Amino acid sequence: MSTTTILSIVLVLAVVAYVLGRATAKRRAAASGIKLHSREGYYGSFALLWTIVPSLILLAVWLVVSPLVVDEAVRESFPEHVKAETAATQSLAMGMVESVARGLRRLDETEMTRVKMGFSALRPVLASKGVALAGDGEDYMVDAAIRLNAWNDASRLWMTICVLGLALAGLAYAQWRIRPEVRARNSVERAVLIALISASAIAILTTIGIVLSMLSETISFFRSVPPLEFFFGTVWDPRFAATVGTTSSDGQFGLIPLLAGTVYIALVAMLFAVPIGLFAATYLAEYAGSKFRAVAKPLIEVLAGIPTIVYGFFALVTVGPFLRDLSADIAGIATGNATGFIQAQSVLTAGIVMGIMLIPFVSSLSDDIITAVPRAMRDGSLGLGATRSETMRKVILPAALPGIVGALLLTASRAIGETMIVVLAAGVAARLTINPFEPMTTVTVKIVNQLTGDLEFNSPQTLVAFALGLTLFFITLGLNIYALYIVRKYREQYE
Amino acid sequence: MTDMTVSGSAPEATQMPEKRVWRDIGIKRRYAAERRFKAYGLGAVLVGLVCLGMLLVSVVSKGYTAFLQTSIQLDITFDKKVIDPQGQAATNDRVLLMANYPVLATRALAKVLGVDESDRKLRRDLSGMISNGVRTQLRDMVLADPSIIGKTRSVWVLAAADVDSAYKGQIDLSVDQARRKVDDQQVAWMNKLAGEGILKGRFNTGIFVNGASSRPETAGMGVAMIGSMYMMAIVLVLALPIGVAASIYLEEFAPKNRWTDLIEVNINNLAAVPSIVFGLLGLAVFINFMHLPRSASLVGGLVLTLMTLPTIIIATRAALKAVPPSIRAAALGIGASKMQMVFHHVLPLAAPGILTGTIIGLAQALGETAPLLLIGMVAFVADYPATPMDPATALPVQIYMWANEAERAFVERTSGAIIILLMFLAVMNITAIILRRRFERRW
Repeated sequence: MSTTTILSIVLVLAVVAYVLGRATAKRRAAASGIKLHSREGYYGSFALLWTIVPSLILLAVWLVVSPLVVDEAVRESFPEHVKAETAATQSLAMGMVESVARGLRRLDETEMTRVKMGFSALRPVLASKGVALAGDGEDYMVDAAIRLNAWNDASRLWMTICVLGLALAGLAYAQWRIRPEVRARNSVERAVLIALISASAIAILTTIGIVLSMLSETISFFRSVPPLEFFFGTVWDPRFAATVGTTSSDGQFGLIPLLAGTVYIALVAMLFAVPIGLFAATYLAEYAGSKFRAVAKPLIEVLAGIPTIVYGFFALVTVGPFLRDLSADIAGIATGNATGFIQAQSVLTAGIVMGIMLIPFVSSLSDDIITAVPRAMRDGSLGLGATRSETMRKVILPAALPGIVGALLLTASRAIGETMIVVLAAGVAARLTINPFEPMTTVTVKIVNQLTGDLEFNSPQTLVAFALGLTLFFITLGLNIYALYIVRKYREQYE
Repeated sequence: MTDMTVSGSAPEATQMPEKRVWRDIGIKRRYAAERRFKAYGLGAVLVGLVCLGMLLVSVVSKGYTAFLQTSIQLDITFDKKVIDPQGQAATNDRVLLMANYPVLATRALAKVLGVDESDRKLRRDLSGMISNGVRTQLRDMVLADPSIIGKTRSVWVLAAADVDSAYKGQIDLSVDQARRKVDDQQVAWMNKLAGEGILKGRFNTGIFVNGASSRPETAGMGVAMIGSMYMMAIVLVLALPIGVAASIYLEEFAPKNRWTDLIEVNINNLAAVPSIVFGLLGLAVFINFMHLPRSASLVGGLVLTLMTLPTIIIATRAALKAVPPSIRAAALGIGASKMQMVFHHVLPLAAPGILTGTIIGLAQALGETAPLLLIGMVAFVADYPATPMDPATALPVQIYMWANEAERAFVERTSGAIIILLMFLAVMNITAIILRRRFERRW
């Protein structure tokens, strides 16, 4: 039976259990004359939970474990000379067996007997059914595939029996347990609480998943490229994984040029966004009339809702060419030689467009922080005769400074992790330069470059992306935690 | 009160200049500084607004033409001699599939223009006018109804991308014809046909329904829209219950201890983790470890779920916090259990806030590109995905792919696609705002 069928049968059983549970509780209460401890619906839910929870847990475990066990058993049954081969070759053989097994599913009785003759007989038969096999196999693979199918079928049969059996057993047990004095509500609520706790644990699991998954790939990357070479190398030239089994020494994986590009572009973006964002926030908080504020504030926040790919495209087709032509005009007037000194893809282009994206982050974070400064401080300063700008510069901003620094750190972490703008606008050349008019590349661009297209997992060219990702994760993690710490500490001062 | 300090002191200063001189030192300078500061602020706001305006104007001005596609109305004769010269269609079903349909269109065009199509150069120019997509268009007509062979039908066929660009005025026609993609002959024909009303821009349904194509005029974002829809459904089904459950636990049940503190820091941090890192997670866990198919909307949906969870949790917790404690106290006071208090009273009252947060989270997920690139959604998918396990693309990924295409006509397509994406986002955000206005309660 397919998994969906099993699931729907269990769900039908659950409904049955709910109805039965309610009825049983009512009947037994009437018979014994004792008042029900909980409302009758809780007895229904009690029966329902007993029916589905154990059986679905079993189903999930079975679905995860069974393929692993079957896989292991099939590998065990390989002939000795295959088992002597390397792990990679065995995986290859296993993949072949799996595709043969899939093909065998489409054959009927007579074809099956023909197939038993061996691999050479199998291939044309499968091809006629539209299953193309890559490469040549050996005869033992057919047997292995037949075994694989048989074991999978057996596993599925037993899974159906066990899961449905467990569901029925749970239903029966709940029916037997239901008495008026049973505290059904407490049990149901405990189950709900466990569900709530596991939902909140997912946040932790995600973080653990991020770190563990990237860490394992990074470690295998560091096996072929020494960490020192990665962290302090000044040349990024990974080459391509041209032939299978290429070893590490072909490429150079220096992090420094990427990191420099990332920081440089983020710096340009911050230089653009921070003054504009801060001034906009103070103006909107202190000077703007309520009507202007009601229009301008949401409009600026629209900038935060625009997907980054749109900014990337804007940089690619509008800002980049504009800057290039502008620089050509300037050069034409100044020197008479109208070749642009700003390239279309450059640090400046990416930085400015990223800066536009960051304006609303800076302005709305600072706005929150500025309005959080207690009214009394502002009134005190104004009462002493300071102008509004003096109040802002000498009283409110210093008081809000830690919060604003925190906000800026959060913004910086966003700038460093930003991907789509730099992919389209910053260029792909990894080099060290201090000229903002030339293209540089970033960590995120290289992650995308290394992982799109055909992948061969296990080559350092691919694995380096995970090392880059882990580095990026820890940089932003550090910035975020420090920012949150500052923001929290600051909030406490006035509360 | 603050207004008086400004407006009150200025006239006084002018009334009694002699007496006030010693007190007014620097007042002009200070007021000038005040005005400058205000001007800087206003300037900053205006720069922000101008940036927004430029962005939108740039996209819309480049993209609105994408919704019109130049088409040519032709009376096409489905000539049996071309489609099925040997009369084998009944026995060999490949004949109708492989027939040379573009010739039919070229002939019809030659007839309209009165051109002798035996001239090789003219013939090449003629076939350059019509999109190659005509092959599938006519083939599908014949396959749907083989009885039209031998008859004549009036059909709107798509013009080639270069003619489309020229007709929309995107190609500079003053350049020498050798250096542009449409030659003078084709431009002359185009103008002639346009004058007769046979060639015109028609509403482009293709951009909404077609799948990937290497020809700009037949490329559409149908597959991307379906892929995005699957992903949004998965995010909604997974992230909303999990997010709400997690927030209820953290807000209503969790004891204040290290463990919950850790969860809290974690959620705040996850909200700020670069999105591309989630892509790496999806690649390593869902594809490499769990062997889910690459390019599938399922994987995309799972990755986006993990990304959206923190947003939903933060919004839900704010909504739960906004429910006043008196409601809780009243429910507990009349004998409800804590679970009943939450599910019967607090949660329904917080529902509008949760809904708004969810919609905003979904809108974010809809525009997210970077993680989807890593899990292989950068794929050339021409057929609609039937299930979330099939290869698909997503709206922003489609935009990314088109942005990387070299052909001029793709710039227009990309901008058109961006307009569509922004429309979706605008609708979602406006819905969220309306919901908030309509249902928000202030206690």
